[in-house]
Amino acid sequence: MTVLILAEHDGKQIKKATRQAVTAAAAWNAPIHLVVLGHGLDAVTAEAASIAGVSEVIRVDAPALAHALAEDVAALLLDLAPKYQVILAPHSAAAKNALPRVAALLDVAMISDVISISAPATYIRPTYAGSVLTTVESSDGVQVLTVRATSFDAAGNGPAANIVDHAAPAAQTQARFVSATHTVSDRPELTSARVVITGGRPLETRFDAILNPLAAKLGAAIGATRAAVDAGYAPNEIQVGQTGTVVAPELYIAAGVSGAAQHLAGMKDSKVIVAINLDPDAAIFQVADFGLVADLFEAVPALTAALA
Amino acid sequence: MKVLVAVKRVVDYNIRPRIKADGSDVDIAGVKMSINPFDEIAVEEALRLKERGVVTEIVAVTIGTVACQDVLRHALAMGADRVILLESDLELQPLGVAKLLKAIVDKEQPSLVILGKQAIDDDAGQTGQMLAALMNAGQGAFASSITVADGEALVVREVDGGTETVALKLPAVITADLRLNEPRFVKLPNLMMAKKKPIETIAASDLGVDAAPRLKLLKAAEPAERKAGIKVANVAELVSKLREVGAI
Repeated sequence: MTVLILAEHDGKQIKKATRQAVTAAAAWNAPIHLVVLGHGLDAVTAEAASIAGVSEVIRVDAPALAHALAEDVAALLLDLAPKYQVILAPHSAAAKNALPRVAALLDVAMISDVISISAPATYIRPTYAGSVLTTVESSDGVQVLTVRATSFDAAGNGPAANIVDHAAPAAQTQARFVSATHTVSDRPELTSARVVITGGRPLETRFDAILNPLAAKLGAAIGATRAAVDAGYAPNEIQVGQTGTVVAPELYIAAGVSGAAQHLAGMKDSKVIVAINLDPDAAIFQVADFGLVADLFEAVPALTAALA
Repeated sequence: MKVLVAVKRVVDYNIRPRIKADGSDVDIAGVKMSINPFDEIAVEEALRLKERGVVTEIVAVTIGTVACQDVLRHALAMGADRVILLESDLELQPLGVAKLLKAIVDKEQPSLVILGKQAIDDDAGQTGQMLAALMNAGQGAFASSITVADGEALVVREVDGGTETVALKLPAVITADLRLNEPRFVKLPNLMMAKKKPIETIAASDLGVDAAPRLKLLKAAEPAERKAGIKVANVAELVSKLREVGAI
């Protein structure tokens, strides 16, 4: 038995989520291969090969894969699939897009957002916005799954793995890449940050003005509630919750966040939760380790100053 | 062109699910059910494409028991032209649903299939991509904008760290993200009118599709409760508590 992991990277670096997926894959106690696809992959491949527990890195480097469209990724994984009994990836936008396609082409079920692997084909995953943990057992010959990266520790470095090249799949004609926009930020990535500060709708147009200084002081990533995003105060890619990003940092500071179930689904596994809210009955206080009933427009700058 | 929209009946998003006493599953008996919010966005987008003159017919489909008629009525009240109930009492999982939808696609031959990006009960987020695979069609998952021109669907997708635009050859499959649109309010007269419209019913077992579940649910449980926290009086106390636990 061998496990294949679809590596997440940004073209320069392997994302921490890939290392966390490697730890998840250790559950099978079997050789772990990483497939790295894209274009211009030398640095990424070398880093992938250095991850402890990985015995082989499959490099698929082609201009057509620069944007890793699901149609291409699925065709490639289908090509590699006969050698593997487990195909997994971190539960990222890219894997959520491509892996169900692979599973359907293999005629197997897929298990999304696994937080624990209790036996080789038995998984625990959250449903109903994290209100229920379900344990499911798969009867399929090939296991296709995504894992919630923050539920697993990141694998460190180990002896260099073997690197092999694999040809890109034949060009598909169903979809083509047109353009992309990326939010440029010098802050840590939301999913891997040690500290996350999330703002809600009450911040209004002062969202950045209030949160940025505190985030800078703590080296934190900034998140937002759906309400703040919908109102246009924050970009949608920083939404934390059931339909956005799921985070589990060491410290989560929620400012002006009421604590709807859909939001809690994205942050309640944080180690320490701080809530700052004017409403003492806000649901967020039920999950907060430390709650401060205060006007965030005064409390957040005061907190920033106190950390000087 | 024709668009097919798939809708699912789920526990209303405002309801906190209860787990059966024996831990075997979520107890949905007597619980308020609604159309999956993402599917409502999918229906709305089909309506807007029709209002822009791109789409001529909207067919909504759901799979499940007779009880699922209510989400089809909801789609009709929003403005869908025709609805299909694919009647099945099987436990439905994304792969089975994708296969059943593929059979409907073969029958209806839509140019576009729009689904929600995930159902808020199983939170799987797989059906649209699986259907695209079975159709050998392009997929635009997590769409925040859809434009149809020159035989292609231009889809802006929400991805980690930004957006991506892809052009899909038709027929294509698109899954709706939250920010695709704001679904219209269903007016009471429309709901009354929708009650009189016919619902085409097809027995899923007649389609010759193996939609049997592949995953066995062993257990449903509540996640561990977080230990109750404390309220601090001011910022100074907050800072000292955070230092105490080593969070800062």
